[in-house]
Amino acid sequence: MADPKLALDGVHKAFGDKLVLRGIDLEVEDHEVVCLIGPSGCGKSTILRCVDLLDTIDAGEIRLGGEVITGRGVNANDVRRRVGIVFQSFNLFAHMNVLDNVTLGARRALGVARDVAEEQAGEMLVRFGLGDKIDQYPDRLSGGQQQRAAIVRALMGDPELLLLDEVTSALDPELVGEVLGVIRELAGRGLTMVLATHEMGFARYVASRVAFLHEGRVLEYGPPAKILSEPEKPRTREFLKRVIEAGRL
Amino acid sequence: MKRRSALTELLDEEGAKGALLAAVSSIVVFGGLIALVLTSPNWEKVQRQFFSWRHFKAAWPAVVDGFWLNVELFFWAMLTIPVLALLIAIARSLRGPAFFPVRVLAVIYTDVFRGIPLILLIFLLGFGVPPLDITGLPSDPKFWGVTALALSYSAYTAEIYRSGIDAVPESQRSSARALGLTQMQALRFAILPQAIRNVVPALMNTVVSLQKDVALLSVLGLREAVRAAEIYKGRTFNFTAYLVATLLFLAVSVPLTRFVDWYTSRDRARRSQAAV
Ligand SMILES: Nc1ncnc2c1ncn2[C@@H]1O[C@H](COP(=O)(O)OP(=O)(O)O)[C@@H](O)[C@H]1O
Ligand SMILES: [Mg+2]
Repeated sequence: MADPKLALDGVHKAFGDKLVLRGIDLEVEDHEVVCLIGPSGCGKSTILRCVDLLDTIDAGEIRLGGEVITGRGVNANDVRRRVGIVFQSFNLFAHMNVLDNVTLGARRALGVARDVAEEQAGEMLVRFGLGDKIDQYPDRLSGGQQQRAAIVRALMGDPELLLLDEVTSALDPELVGEVLGVIRELAGRGLTMVLATHEMGFARYVASRVAFLHEGRVLEYGPPAKILSEPEKPRTREFLKRVIEAGRL
Repeated sequence: MKRRSALTELLDEEGAKGALLAAVSSIVVFGGLIALVLTSPNWEKVQRQFFSWRHFKAAWPAVVDGFWLNVELFFWAMLTIPVLALLIAIARSLRGPAFFPVRVLAVIYTDVFRGIPLILLIFLLGFGVPPLDITGLPSDPKFWGVTALALSYSAYTAEIYRSGIDAVPESQRSSARALGLTQMQALRFAILPQAIRNVVPALMNTVVSLQKDVALLSVLGLREAVRAAEIYKGRTFNFTAYLVATLLFLAVSVPLTRFVDWYTSRDRARRSQAAV
């Protein structure tokens, strides 16, 4: 069988003396959409940041398409060019308009000519409903528009893998739908994605598999129907019960 | 929108009745001060010593000539300081163990050159280095004077840049690195443009004080405005030449200061508008 698109093997990560990841094992196949769920602070963001090499792991191994990316001598910039990441708080560059935000990586990291990058970006921005926002600065956009622009930015280099970290958590409720719609479209086109999310309804709908994190490990991993409806572990049930009470399922 | 002067703003705040009160009290206070000076027993002597029109005219050409040297020295300092300071600030903000030595050097640089009083640095370089007669190094006091200014001011300016860099949220760096930009590219395209915008008012204030500190180079015997005034005084025992130099410095620094103030408040207004 072919290598999984992404594999985490016994990944450990501590901040100071606080152990956050205590042996994460996780495999994501090509074209899968995997949702990471779990209470706040369980390490979802940390996993995504480690996969994009924005944080360095302490032990274990991460492989991208079968290649170890956490070993010595790996060019982190090469890895990051193959992986896109979108953050909870958008993180668009405040001093650049949408077009420059979206093309910066292509122009500078990938060496694509400006006109080529801008043409590609323009098409994508139009497709994601931002055609009239191309020369706007981020502070003139709604949260939903900013987040869609951030997604386009992450997609510019045709990444093999897209990481999404609670991309709707900072949005007003009425703007959540437009961003989820974009993710659904990407899933439909077969893009491999890992998303940390609190949107259980969306996870059930879009995920191929759901991973429940607890105490720095993957406690349960399986299809959404199984994990979200009839989880085996009491911890998972407890978490879902609290989520339901909070009205998010 | 038309820019309103600081004065009209002040008056607005106080209202019309307040305006009258402000005018009257200003006349009383400033008038009183002037009267106090003019009626002091030694005023006539002081006037002859400091405010002699004859000496003013006589000293003017030499002091103005000197002032052009100030402008030249200021020009060279302005050419080197921002670049040097930026390099130091960049060196100091590089991450990772590979850059440890670079960071340490940058810290030593800022600590040392901020720690030495500027006047001492000018003495040390201006009088200390030329006698060493090292081949390849110039012995021109202009060169060493400007070097002293550049070393001291770049250390301060580097710290200003650094505070601007630190004020850019860490998440901006993360998202730049996530695009596959190298550390230098992330700094250049994502961090520095925002950092510099944050500190433009602070940088401009440094320019104002640099403009005045150029006069310190007179201790190296450079015949700039203050030195020229001193020479005139030495010849005539009259201090009016200092007044000439003072007015020349004010003619540059007051407009500069007004400009900085104007820019700073405009910048603040823009930012609060953007934040709405
Ligand atoms: N840079 C950091 N320094 C110190 N602690 C951190 C850092 N990043 C995350 N943590 C800690 O690691 C834990 C997991 O954080 P995170 O991965 O953000 O959780 P989640 O995304 O699931 O809410 C939290 O307790 C958080 O306080
Ligand atoms: Mg998080």
